[in-house]
Amino acid sequence: MFPFNFEWIWDMGHAVFMGGLWYALTILGIGMTYCIIKAAIDASKENGEHHH
Amino acid sequence: MDSALIPKGVKRCPLWQFLLFTGAVGIVLLWGVYAMLLCWFKGLNQTNMNDYYGFALWIWADLAVIAVGGGAFFTGLLRYIFGKDALKNIINYAVLIGFICYSSALLILAIDIGQPLRGWFIFWHANVHSMLTEVAFCLSAYFGVLTIEYIPLILENRQIDKVPFFHHLGHNMHEIMAVFAATGAFLSFFHQGSLGGVAGVLYGRPFAFREGIFIWPWTFFLYTWSAAACGPCFTILVTKITEKVVRKKLVKDNAIELLAKISGWMLLTYTMAKTYDTWYWFTVTAPSKGFALMDFYSNNPLYGIWMLVVEIGICGLIPAVILITDKGRKNSMTLWIAVILAVIGVCLNRWVMVLQVMAVPVMTFDQWVLYIPSWQEVATTILPLAYGIILIAISYRYLPVFPNEPELNPIEPLNEEETAVESPVELEQELKPAEA
Amino acid sequence: MKHNKAQKFGMVIDLDKCTGCGSCMVACMSENNVPFRKDESDKFLSITWMRVYRLTNGKPFPNTDICYLPRPCMQCAGQHEGHSPCVSVCPAIATDYSTETGIVSQIYTRCFGCRYCMASCPYHARYFNWWDPIWPDGMEKYLSPNVSPRMRGVVEKCSFCFHRYQLAKEKAFMEGRRNIEENEYQTACTQACPAGAVTFGDLNNPDHAVYNLVKPDHKHSGRPTNPHAFRLLERLGTNPKVYYLSSRKWVRQVGDNYLKNEAKVKKPVHHG
Repeated sequence: MFPFNFEWIWDMGHAVFMGGLWYALTILGIGMTYCIIKAAIDASKENGEHHH
Repeated sequence: MDSALIPKGVKRCPLWQFLLFTGAVGIVLLWGVYAMLLCWFKGLNQTNMNDYYGFALWIWADLAVIAVGGGAFFTGLLRYIFGKDALKNIINYAVLIGFICYSSALLILAIDIGQPLRGWFIFWHANVHSMLTEVAFCLSAYFGVLTIEYIPLILENRQIDKVPFFHHLGHNMHEIMAVFAATGAFLSFFHQGSLGGVAGVLYGRPFAFREGIFIWPWTFFLYTWSAAACGPCFTILVTKITEKVVRKKLVKDNAIELLAKISGWMLLTYTMAKTYDTWYWFTVTAPSKGFALMDFYSNNPLYGIWMLVVEIGICGLIPAVILITDKGRKNSMTLWIAVILAVIGVCLNRWVMVLQVMAVPVMTFDQWVLYIPSWQEVATTILPLAYGIILIAISYRYLPVFPNEPELNPIEPLNEEETAVESPVELEQELKPAEA
Repeated sequence: MKHNKAQKFGMVIDLDKCTGCGSCMVACMSENNVPFRKDESDKFLSITWMRVYRLTNGKPFPNTDICYLPRPCMQCAGQHEGHSPCVSVCPAIATDYSTETGIVSQIYTRCFGCRYCMASCPYHARYFNWWDPIWPDGMEKYLSPNVSPRMRGVVEKCSFCFHRYQLAKEKAFMEGRRNIEENEYQTACTQACPAGAVTFGDLNNPDHAVYNLVKPDHKHSGRPTNPHAFRLLERLGTNPKVYYLSSRKWVRQVGDNYLKNEAKVKKPVHHG
């Protein structure tokens, strides 16, 4: 799963398979992080407006 | 009592009725949980599997729920990537059904392995050449996608939506849903396919083995294709059943018909591809290993050639023809028949590719072996069904799963009398949330 | 020189010599700490790394002929070495193919019991531990210390008594030798067979008996060139390292599936 697992080999199989997997997970991770951070910012902005 | 949680503009049954219903299903759920615990604590000797049937009911259930859960990725693909806007009225439910299917599959897999505590080995010590590894990775990752797709719906609950952070989170997730849906489609393509590959790569089992392209046997593509074809049929079927249960129209016809039409064409092309695959397999692949077609089917009535006829003809061609014709999908009766047949067909295909693979002897002096699941296996297979019904009931009650519902079932003072005749007891309590 | 090449351990079983006595099965079970239960009548749940099948030619008396066929793990190499049916499918690399010895290993502590390998094996050489092993009182003292007993929920199979290979290698190393002699590494079943039907050795080594018995054609996936030798399910391309010898044509034909127009022999019948 990770290059530090002892059975990891730098070959085509690992590059394609794990590459595809980590690519997908990265997109999901970045997407969710973006949503959460933006939501926090939006919410705090809204909060600020309410106070005014 | 729980009226503050019920979405605006819709009517729900009294709480006691809801609790009675979920409680009844909950008993079935508990029965399944008991069987599950037996399997975990006492081991797989609780099943009727044996050294000939290492794969049995559970693996079939896994393949089947993932196939019918394919409605989520395919509907998502059509809605968010191909811009089929009409499907926005059914996408929530497709996602919910998919979420249930995939969580069920993961649960069954967790019961099915001999050493459940070592389940993480499949990730940590992954053999990237094994189809099962691909299944595990893509399945888990796609379950993550489904969770991401389901979360905004949860956040739309009236009370949760009041929290600014959750309101914005739901909104933001909607905004970039196409990105998640595309990732989901990518992952789905591979795990649906690799589930097909699970059987197709077994070159020691001529019944299952298929040639293919690059590292993928033809079953890889056939599984993805059939899931895309029959998954939406299952979504339609569950929608129709839900409508019957709650005695309300929940999704506009145009959404159902569009999905049915696309499904129909997918099913027709799949059936043609499957026919060609079967023909090539029994004229070229199997004979090269010394097997004639009837070597795989003869001997006992359960695994007779009738299965092939039912799978491809009755449950493939017939629903496909119904769904691609305008009249067929507009007629309620034929639509019901078509989606039921399509779902049976894809489940039968998964059954054949798991159970029959185990049943057919390969060594000339070996024997056909039949298998009947134990009650523990049956209970743990029904468990996800009970869990699914409960999750649907809860989601339907508290979340705006069907955007069309208020429009299709307006609750206005005018209707009060009419409704009152139908269910006089419910009325007072029921109207409150709508007025609120 | 040639001894430094990769070894390919294999087995040749002379079916004309096998009497079906079952000594190989017994020796295997005791050598490898194979667990058993009080009631072993359900053979679909029994663990038999080495299993003897009884075959008949299906003809009525007086032409009836029978043959006993011992079946260990075939240690398949697959079409390209290492692509065994089971090794290629294991999701957690709990079973591996050694290009040094040609032996398919099973790592019990790695296996998590998905049973995909069992589904892939056409020989039914792989067995699942449906129960935890329970030894009769006192018997645990008689278990072999060289073979780890298996826990519930994992798959096991014949290892060609790999621990004996390790012991032989250790001994050779202590004596300052690189290689082991043919007689230094023999499986339990080979040594237990009273009829001398089982021969074991390195298929890559022309000095070894196995090599000379079957004359494997290594250019063609080790296909035997001895006309009396055959392998089980040769046509599937599993490339096994267990060869069978028989002077009887029907026995050799039992080894594989043929279409009706390929061979006009009655399918044999299996009796337990």
